[in-house]
Amino acid sequence: MGTLNALVAVCLTYVAMLFLVAFFAERSAMRGRGGWLRSPLVYTLSLSIYCTGWTFYGAVGYAARSGLEYLTIYIGPSLVMVGWWWIVRKLVRIGRTQRITSVADLISSRFGKSTLLAVCVTILAVISATPYIALQLQSVTLSFAVFAEAGGGGQTIYTGESTALWVAMGLSLFTVVFGTRNLDANERHHGVVMAIAVEAVVKLFALLAVGAFVVWGVSGGVSETFTRIDASQLGQWQMNGGRWAGLIMLSAAAFLCLPRMFQVLVVENDDEEHLRTASWAFPLYVMLMSLFVVPVAVVGLDLLPEGSNPDLFVLTVPLDQGREGLAMLSFLGGFSSATSMVIVAAIALSTMVSNHIVMPIFLRMTGGGATVSGDVRHVVLLSRRVSIIAVVMLGYIYYRLTGGGEALAAIGLVSFAGVAQVLPAMLGGIFWRGATRLGAMAGLSVGFIIWLYTLFLPSFGPGLILPEFVLQQGAFGIDWLRPRALFGIEGLDPLVHALLWSMTLNTVAFFGVSVMTFPSPLERLQGAQFVNVFQHSGGPRSWSGGVAQSEDLMIMAQRILGPAEARALFRREATRQGLRGDLPEPSPDFLENLERELSGSVGGATAHAMVGQIVGGMSVSVEDLMAVADETAQMMEYSNRLEAQSRELTRTARQLREVNQKLTRLSVQKDAFLSQISHELRTPMTSIRAFSEILRDSDELSADELNKYASIIHDEALRLTRLLDDLLDLSVLENGQVSLNLREGQLSALLDRSAAAAAASDDGRALRLSRDPSKEALMLHTDLDRLSQVFINLIANARKYCDAPDPLLEIRVTDHGDLLWVDFIDNGSGISDDAQDVIFEKFARVGEPRVGGAGLGLAISRQIMQRLGGEITYLRGENGAAFRVSLPRPAMAAQ
Amino acid sequence: MAKKVLLIEDEPNIIEAISFILSRDGWQVDTHSNGHDAAEVVRSKVPDVLILDVMLPGRSGYDILRDLRSGGGTEALPILMLTARGQSKDREMAEKYGANRFMTKPFSNSEVLEAVRDLVNA
Repeated sequence: MGTLNALVAVCLTYVAMLFLVAFFAERSAMRGRGGWLRSPLVYTLSLSIYCTGWTFYGAVGYAARSGLEYLTIYIGPSLVMVGWWWIVRKLVRIGRTQRITSVADLISSRFGKSTLLAVCVTILAVISATPYIALQLQSVTLSFAVFAEAGGGGQTIYTGESTALWVAMGLSLFTVVFGTRNLDANERHHGVVMAIAVEAVVKLFALLAVGAFVVWGVSGGVSETFTRIDASQLGQWQMNGGRWAGLIMLSAAAFLCLPRMFQVLVVENDDEEHLRTASWAFPLYVMLMSLFVVPVAVVGLDLLPEGSNPDLFVLTVPLDQGREGLAMLSFLGGFSSATSMVIVAAIALSTMVSNHIVMPIFLRMTGGGATVSGDVRHVVLLSRRVSIIAVVMLGYIYYRLTGGGEALAAIGLVSFAGVAQVLPAMLGGIFWRGATRLGAMAGLSVGFIIWLYTLFLPSFGPGLILPEFVLQQGAFGIDWLRPRALFGIEGLDPLVHALLWSMTLNTVAFFGVSVMTFPSPLERLQGAQFVNVFQHSGGPRSWSGGVAQSEDLMIMAQRILGPAEARALFRREATRQGLRGDLPEPSPDFLENLERELSGSVGGATAHAMVGQIVGGMSVSVEDLMAVADETAQMMEYSNRLEAQSRELTRTARQLREVNQKLTRLSVQKDAFLSQISHELRTPMTSIRAFSEILRDSDELSADELNKYASIIHDEALRLTRLLDDLLDLSVLENGQVSLNLREGQLSALLDRSAAAAAASDDGRALRLSRDPSKEALMLHTDLDRLSQVFINLIANARKYCDAPDPLLEIRVTDHGDLLWVDFIDNGSGISDDAQDVIFEKFARVGEPRVGGAGLGLAISRQIMQRLGGEITYLRGENGAAFRVSLPRPAMAAQ
Repeated sequence: MAKKVLLIEDEPNIIEAISFILSRDGWQVDTHSNGHDAAEVVRSKVPDVLILDVMLPGRSGYDILRDLRSGGGTEALPILMLTARGQSKDREMAEKYGANRFMTKPFSNSEVLEAVRDLVNA
């Protein structure tokens, strides 16, 4: 009795200590001081929930019954961790970037946020975890009973049922308190993880202590222990290769798919780098856990009476040897293993149940308004808490129903085989973009049904659920439907049989249906995000616009994340958008981030639906979204095409406008030109006609008058001729029909000739020329006649227009490298600025009164200089009118 | 007393020809060859008939015509427009701005004489 009381006291103390550890860890994490909470060591230790009460007690029992086969349970996970680079790292990265909260969330998110898939995985997980939780309760109850027997001698106050109930209630309480303190998966359960890490140390220490006691205290040393082992029946176990391979695969699959393992491995992971440490530390941990299993089993079989439960050797051997303290430690180790498993499993399962079953039903029942008007945060917390209690109680009920009849290890393996059904969809989902929702559904359903029929239901024993004759003759009397010999394949180990069929058909269905079906856009998008998670860093998908009310989103976010957190998130987003205040624009980016934050609390599909309700103002189903995505893509494409066409049209219109303007300009120019020509022709003709009529009609003209009028007629006729010559000349030059007559000649001689020709004209006044012959001693190779025409024009213009009292034209020659400049500068008043711009245009005459010429001289000169490869420009900044003739180097002959 | 004709034209030979024709017919001919101040000259000289060229240095004949028709006592002054730009557009402009007669160069001397006579008698 004393022992039992002490045991209860120790248990309560231990539990109180765990509460404290969890509490302080949680508090320092909240104050941001919990750096040590996020160490790789804590992460590795938290992974040890893989070693449950089943492993703690059951491994020895397993070894006593089946030899070294128990090792397979450790080898599988060790292989997964050693090869972390391949799968686990990818899972962790996906979990981080997509805010995955559970296995069900992972599968659902990957396959287009399918609610149905999430529900399926959740149900599968709950069904397969329930026996496992029952197993933990059983292990605690059994170990308690051992002490009760040893201490109380039959006066059992604590019956098995009541112990299990108390334990179940205590675990529920702990989990509710520390598992639902906050809702965001980003804020991990630091308290729980820390408590688990402590428990991991306790159970390892306990097992090592018992082992050391058995080897050195009972057997008397290592070599003696080996002698015992060789002598025992354990030494003669034959290895069943097929079963070994199957079990290793199974435990590896379970390690990845078990909801509680996914919780600690992925969801609670703080830093991807922790995997590096865990990859060697976790295998080391399980190796230590398995180190003394065989010695304890052998010694237990030796020492204890025939028929003793080998599952309890860890306790009964120390008790048999009178070591109550050691037995107590061992009990605590087992207690730790069982409780940590139940706590984490309850958290993981309740998250799934709450996010994928309770919340969607709640949302559907209350309609879209609930996300805005109701306190969703409260509802989520409540549903999590209820789910936790329900999950643990389900385990308790299972325990009561089955009465704990089966051997512990067998139940564990049934459970493993159940969750392993998720593996094809999980691996396919993260490595194969072609995997589809329907494929995942098909694989999961097929595997689940086969597992139920061949392994889970028969595990209750004949008669409880499956009638006896079904086991013997198959369902409906069909022979090949016998649960233990499906399709007539007999002689296999039941576990291997079930595993073979369920996994094979599961995988075949998954791949077959995936290949045959077509992924929706959302699935394709998510598939790319998952498979290429290391290349993508972007969000899961984008909301395509929409007029969301930021206030509504804010209210909803407050209800889920809590007011402080929601405000902080919104302010952060607003700042990122460069806005003041707390309300960001409902941009796709922001909605994506918000959805990600929310999905940490309520799961991806639910968060998506909630944001969708507000953004779209209605309930958004995945199908709707897919349709929207499709339509949007089409509209985008269409709009892009339209935009391109519109750009094309605008360009064409602009070109047309330009051409039109050019034509108008040309037309105006042509009209002006014709008008000018008409004027220039008609003016001399008017004089000629008028004076010829005077000569014809007047008899009494004096000789002077006769002479004068005849001269006018003569001059005007010459003017007409000159005009026609110029027009023809210009036309030829402008049309490029002129052929150049290239010759060599000296510049000074050319200038002499030009000056003489200009002086020969009657127009204008006497003009002095100022030249520097030394500079003019240059040989030219060009069309000398044309160049001379330009020079004559310039000298003649100076004669006509230079208004100085003593007109002087300076001809200045400058050899300017590539160019030869011949400048003509007179000493007149020059040409006004605005006139300078037009003097080279046709008929652009400036100055008055008019002195001869039709205003074509400079236009012709400009055309000539273009033909010769040079140019003629007006020189600004000189006092008088100043022109520069530039000749290119090729026009200058080699000296 | 001889009637006064004011000729605004910039081409010296044409000035000489028209002056010769009109003075022989007994008109007193004044000439002016610049567009800038043509309107002021017209108003100060108060001719009986004005002969106005279109293309003048400084200011277009149409501008001067419009100016004269806008007031200053020259609203009803008989005006004969001469132009060397023989386009129909020019005739339209002249009519629009209120020229009494419009002639395209080159003209016959008798035509000019008759036009001036008609304008005074009308």
